[in-house]
Amino acid sequence: MRMKGAQAVVAALEREGVEVVFGYPGGAILGVYDYLYDSKVRHILVRHEQAAAHMADGYARATGKPGVCIATSGPGATNLVTGLATAHMDSIPIIAITGQVARAAIGRDAFQEADITGITLPITKHNYLVKDPADLPRIIREAFHIATTGRPGPVLIDLPRDVAMAEIDFEYPVEVDLPGYKPTYHGHPRQIMEAARAIAEAKRPVLYVGGGVIASGAAREVRELAERCNIPTTTTLMGLGAFPGRHPLFLGMPGMHGTVAANFALNECDLLIAVGVRFDDRVTGDVRTFSPKSIKIHIDIDPAEIGKNVKVHIPIVGDARLVLRALLDQVEPALHSEWLAQIQAWKEEYPLGYVEKEGALMPQFVVEKIYEVTGGNAIVTTDVGQHQMWAAQYYLFDQPRQFISSGGLGTMGFGFPAALGAQVGRPDAVVFCISGDGGFQMNMQELATAVENHLPVKVCVLNNFFLGMVRQWQQLFYRQRYSASRMVNPDFARLAEAFGATGMVVRKAEDVVPALKRAMEVEGPVVIDFQVAPEENVWPFIPAGQSVAQMMGLEELKKAKEKRAARAGREAVTLAETAPGREGRA
Amino acid sequence: MKHTLAVLVQNKAGVLARVAGLFSRRGFNIESISVGPSELPGVARMTLVAQADHDELEQLTKQLHKLIDVLKISDVTNDPVVDRELALIKVNADASSRAEILQVVDIFRGKVVDVSERSVIVEITGDTDKVEAMIQLLRPYGIRELVRTGKVTMVRGTRTVQASG
Repeated sequence: MRMKGAQAVVAALEREGVEVVFGYPGGAILGVYDYLYDSKVRHILVRHEQAAAHMADGYARATGKPGVCIATSGPGATNLVTGLATAHMDSIPIIAITGQVARAAIGRDAFQEADITGITLPITKHNYLVKDPADLPRIIREAFHIATTGRPGPVLIDLPRDVAMAEIDFEYPVEVDLPGYKPTYHGHPRQIMEAARAIAEAKRPVLYVGGGVIASGAAREVRELAERCNIPTTTTLMGLGAFPGRHPLFLGMPGMHGTVAANFALNECDLLIAVGVRFDDRVTGDVRTFSPKSIKIHIDIDPAEIGKNVKVHIPIVGDARLVLRALLDQVEPALHSEWLAQIQAWKEEYPLGYVEKEGALMPQFVVEKIYEVTGGNAIVTTDVGQHQMWAAQYYLFDQPRQFISSGGLGTMGFGFPAALGAQVGRPDAVVFCISGDGGFQMNMQELATAVENHLPVKVCVLNNFFLGMVRQWQQLFYRQRYSASRMVNPDFARLAEAFGATGMVVRKAEDVVPALKRAMEVEGPVVIDFQVAPEENVWPFIPAGQSVAQMMGLEELKKAKEKRAARAGREAVTLAETAPGREGRA
Repeated sequence: MKHTLAVLVQNKAGVLARVAGLFSRRGFNIESISVGPSELPGVARMTLVAQADHDELEQLTKQLHKLIDVLKISDVTNDPVVDRELALIKVNADASSRAEILQVVDIFRGKVVDVSERSVIVEITGDTDKVEAMIQLLRPYGIRELVRTGKVTMVRGTRTVQASG
């Protein structure tokens, strides 16, 4: 069928089953927009292209389907960059389509020209500059294939405006021919056998589970393995929800702001079963002292992750679900009662907790109440910093794709647009964005997008009038010299109202639950400005590049526990029976 | 240590930038790189020389494999190979020194490919050691300009580095 290049783009999106795209029009991409006008593909108009990339990302994380974003050439394309880098670091499948100046103008510093394929080379899984209009259908097919298979990631297609105007024969290919791209899905049988033997011999095993388990849909297999062999399980920030947060075998998150139990378990275990993780520095700290006593099994679909940061003994390259399936055929039940008793002792000695500050609203308390009011069933997105860690610590995620956060790149401004993308993809879900006053201000213009598209996302700004994590580091490592971390903020509630959303301010603990309940009843987007204790810290804390031995904040956890025990009297003994993170306030 | 990698890539625009960009982004040192079309249509062959220890080499190879346009990577460092590089050396040569230079070039089976009143251009082909030795010998006369290609390498015998292998 003869059609214009731009029409072919839209036709290809339809063939790929794309329901929605997030974008912002401009000169070089107008051709595509003209055909979108008549298409059944829904277009969400953002207010800044960065948000289009984050929305596509949030959509992909919430649904498991690739997210698509569109921008024009030059500044439109460069505004996508942070979103692409975010998706790249967290292995999220998104397709970015950018306009480009006409082929003859490329390299002449034409109006709104930027070398976006050059710029995004290291932050995309692959990218294309379409030079021959006839290649367009093949390139789009390949882009979707590459983005969604193997280790997923973002793919960018740069489309010169004259290519979009050229007539081509549209025949959409079914197969792709990529001789240089052959992901390995099935683990090597001998390695799987080795792993099964190591599991049988282990006395103190730990499952260390990350985002790869969510990407591969292996949560059920992880749980089966954990339960059959009684293996305590820790999930990284990216892996939260891959193992039920309320499960007795759940250790909480490991690493810098991980639970004491998770970090002690990693330190003492004799077998570490790492699945879909990349031994990130926020987990390992000093790699030389990370989990020093363990045999390490590493299951990952990306061979380059094996041995990248930490030496492993039994590498298995393959899809987490398929490898675990094969492994489950070979492992026998085990009890590990002594090990579990040790873990339980750690959980009881150092549960997560916080000390109430007189007259102040505690941010952790707010997260706990969000958890209660949403019944633990909300999709929660975050920005980056203290609120992100409190959300990870105090909201217990039971389902994969429930917690959406920029783990690798640590992108402030991610949370709100990601929440909108998640809401578009899962219209029936309750979506909360737990943000900070810093992070929310980085993309709060998207309130207009939320209102325009009736996206009922609930934004909870844990507002401490600081860049909280920056302030915490300055307090601990820079002699409390709060350089550029104090913030004079707008009135977030009135701001929300100005956009046509609902705004609320909460300053007292007793107002938290009523405000949250009201927010749930409101049909549209809501912003709640929780004005919380300004100088609260995230505990525990292993400073960057250090080891478990340097963990800070244990005194704080103890104090919280004692206060709680004093208040609850004898009942306190039973507290530690619950999973970490639900120990509540003191 | 120094490793020589024979790499087959899709001969597409930007593939060299992808490979070179990967080296700089991951902090690997590239000593030389030479690229050209291979015997297969649409496929180019690269010879890469990189300084890396065992772990670095493994990581480098795996990262290269992740590039969609890379078809095949072989470490031929320890294989019997023929490797060659080429240098053009513009060296000072007046009437008094010209005969001596020609003699040196002759011993090395180099060629003088251009002669002017005060200089000659010497072409030398060989493995890295031979090219180095030639340059050292010519240095005392005064080298005005030096151009070298990267190394190209081929495994001896009938074995080949192929995409399917």
